[in-house]
Amino acid sequence: MIDHLKILLHQGKQYIPDVTKAIISDTFRGRPVISNLQVDEQQLIDLCPTGAISNMPFSIDLGKCIFCGQCAFACPEKIKFSNDYKMATNDRNGLIIKEGEDQPILIHADLIRKEISTYFKGSLKLRQVCAGGDNSCELELNAASNVNFDMSRFGIEFVASPRHADGIVITGPVTKNMAASLKLCYEAIPEPKIIILAGTDAISGGMFTYSDAINRSFLDLYPIDLYIPGNPVHPLSFINGLLELIRKR
Amino acid sequence: MWLFRIYQNNMENFITLKNNQTIPLQDIPVLAYPEFLELNISFVKEDANHCVNYYGFPVLDTIKLICCIADDVKQKIYVSSSVIKKDRQEPITSFTARKLCFHLFERELHENFAIPYYDHPWLKPVRYPIDRPNQENTIANYPFYQIHSEELHEVGVGPIHAGIIEPGHFRFICNGEQILHLEIQLGYQHRGIENLFISSKKILQRNILAESIAGDNVVGHTTAFVQLWESLIGFRPDNKLVYERTLALELERLAMHTGDLSAVCTDIAYQLGGAVFGRLRTPIINFMQHWCGNRLSKGLIRVGESNFPFTMALANELTQVLDAYEPDFMEMYKEMKSLPTVLARLEKTGVITQKQAHRVGLVGMAARASGLSRDLRSSHPFGLYPGVLHEPVIKNHGDVSSRIQIRKEEIIQSIIYIREWLKNIPEQEKQPTVLPMPTANTFTISLVEGWRGEICHCAVTDLNGDILHYKIKDPSFHNWLAIALSVRNNEISDFPICNKSFNLSYSGHDL
Ligand code: SF4
Repeated sequence: MIDHLKILLHQGKQYIPDVTKAIISDTFRGRPVISNLQVDEQQLIDLCPTGAISNMPFSIDLGKCIFCGQCAFACPEKIKFSNDYKMATNDRNGLIIKEGEDQPILIHADLIRKEISTYFKGSLKLRQVCAGGDNSCELELNAASNVNFDMSRFGIEFVASPRHADGIVITGPVTKNMAASLKLCYEAIPEPKIIILAGTDAISGGMFTYSDAINRSFLDLYPIDLYIPGNPVHPLSFINGLLELIRKR
Repeated sequence: MWLFRIYQNNMENFITLKNNQTIPLQDIPVLAYPEFLELNISFVKEDANHCVNYYGFPVLDTIKLICCIADDVKQKIYVSSSVIKKDRQEPITSFTARKLCFHLFERELHENFAIPYYDHPWLKPVRYPIDRPNQENTIANYPFYQIHSEELHEVGVGPIHAGIIEPGHFRFICNGEQILHLEIQLGYQHRGIENLFISSKKILQRNILAESIAGDNVVGHTTAFVQLWESLIGFRPDNKLVYERTLALELERLAMHTGDLSAVCTDIAYQLGGAVFGRLRTPIINFMQHWCGNRLSKGLIRVGESNFPFTMALANELTQVLDAYEPDFMEMYKEMKSLPTVLARLEKTGVITQKQAHRVGLVGMAARASGLSRDLRSSHPFGLYPGVLHEPVIKNHGDVSSRIQIRKEEIIQSIIYIREWLKNIPEQEKQPTVLPMPTANTFTISLVEGWRGEICHCAVTDLNGDILHYKIKDPSFHNWLAIALSVRNNEISDFPICNKSFNLSYSGHDL
């Protein structure tokens, strides 16, 4: 008992007091800022491993970007990744960052379904389904509930059964072998329910977009309530995205 | 004459390689199948040898089989090959009937190319890959092994598990609370990643694919890939690159082992351990984020270059992180090991005997917990390990407790290595250059000891020097069967800690 108390004492305070204001390392690759500088755009487009970069106007689609940072190393005057981890949005087009823009990525109140604000503002229980995720996003989603990030203090928790859940968090590009189980799990969740795509693989397929072993048709059937980019998604991106989505309005 | 024959045989029926060596494909002797079988069976009869990879790929109307046996004492890899006709109807003799450690390799060959075996004990599907010849069988209609009895019941778990875990199906046959048999079916995570290594033409794409084989073992798999690729193109990384990769590999081991201790504590409802080990992992992965911008080290390791040179400032910071980590870790570990309620759950639970470990061909940490000295850091050293004279940590009970102790001792070992390396950061010698293309018609093998165990990547290039075939083997591939065996006669409530004590990869297995 005494030893346990000693251990507790030695840990000190581990939780992040305000997760909406936490500042993380400068090296973290979060929301990119693209300057208006004229550069060889084609070279950057060719370099990108997932086709996340396009021109006219020059932009990066964070739904496709796997945050390798290679474009920023090739052309630091044009592209810089900031440490802004608040990258979640409910508007797929909001993930496309254009040159000359340095605005926070927003969750649009008018796109939030009414049921979400009505039912989930004080408590949100989520079922996680990994459908081809490589266990990096999964580790980070687990970390969101650890003593450092302590997501459950906001009434947001992962639950073991879809029957207890208000929504589903999907990670991974959705493999063919997992497609049927994913659908079953979603159907087992009572209405109203939300879908969250966590990580670039889930949002666009990422590196697996052109694999024959992927079947993303499930995602065309239902509205997606939140896109949270990352490779893997950072616990702070995840928690802040959810807090903003279910915040009282 | 006899002597001459034997000598000639030795010269001709296999080729001896070192870790990360590239050779012309044609230098691998092609044997008639019976001779190929006998050769490799005779290899694994030696205790020092085990199979690190045995796989096939199509060449015109044949399947080329390549078998790689590692000799852990002589630090060599014996590679031999054979060819068999595609769509062969007449069954062939299996390696598995003679040596069980080949079972999964042959199941994979059967699944991928419909190679018929007449004496393989169980040609159970491996992962239902997308281009399998038999499309009738799907993961949904897999017939699990059944025992009909009024006294027994089945418990099905998955593919979606209760926690945030990768998918896989576990089917238990239980006698009351006791597990009689567990069958595991995987494949839900199959993303076709080996094919993508061929179709994705940019080197950066392949580098990033390697990071995604198992996102909890990024440094391990990516190091295997870059070592392989640099060997293929004849590029010698400078000391700085080698240093950074090895350092990151030990940090990954440190972080994942700590996380696993947390997970085991959580699964036995020992909350303090769960919370403390969980939070002890955080500063390590946050350090990785500070170093390379990503908590799980994605982006750190690149062929021929590094975007994140390790600096003195980083070294000082890491020293502080370790200084803070060590006393808290030791205090928590000591406390955990002093509690009878904790020990009662860990000891004699989920036992894999040394004999079983040897039979199924266990690798890595799990093998070492069962008394097998398998550790590529000492047996096939790469990175900085030739200078370390690494002594593998070995335990003998093969239970959950042994696998916990191994983690603790390996954590301490990693910290000692890291502290030593931090005293002396090499200068960058080479400037990044345009990298050459790989040589045509070659074969390369790369072995890396990740935190789970033995990672093996093999590549074959075509006549233009492009990748013809890429083969990935995660340590989990060897070890999944061990979980199923370890839980026999255990309470079903002990399954979670058995599972966590191995902590195998689903995506690394399913590819
Ligand atoms: S950081 Fe994103 S946009 Fe830039 S190259 Fe990598 S994937 Fe493409």
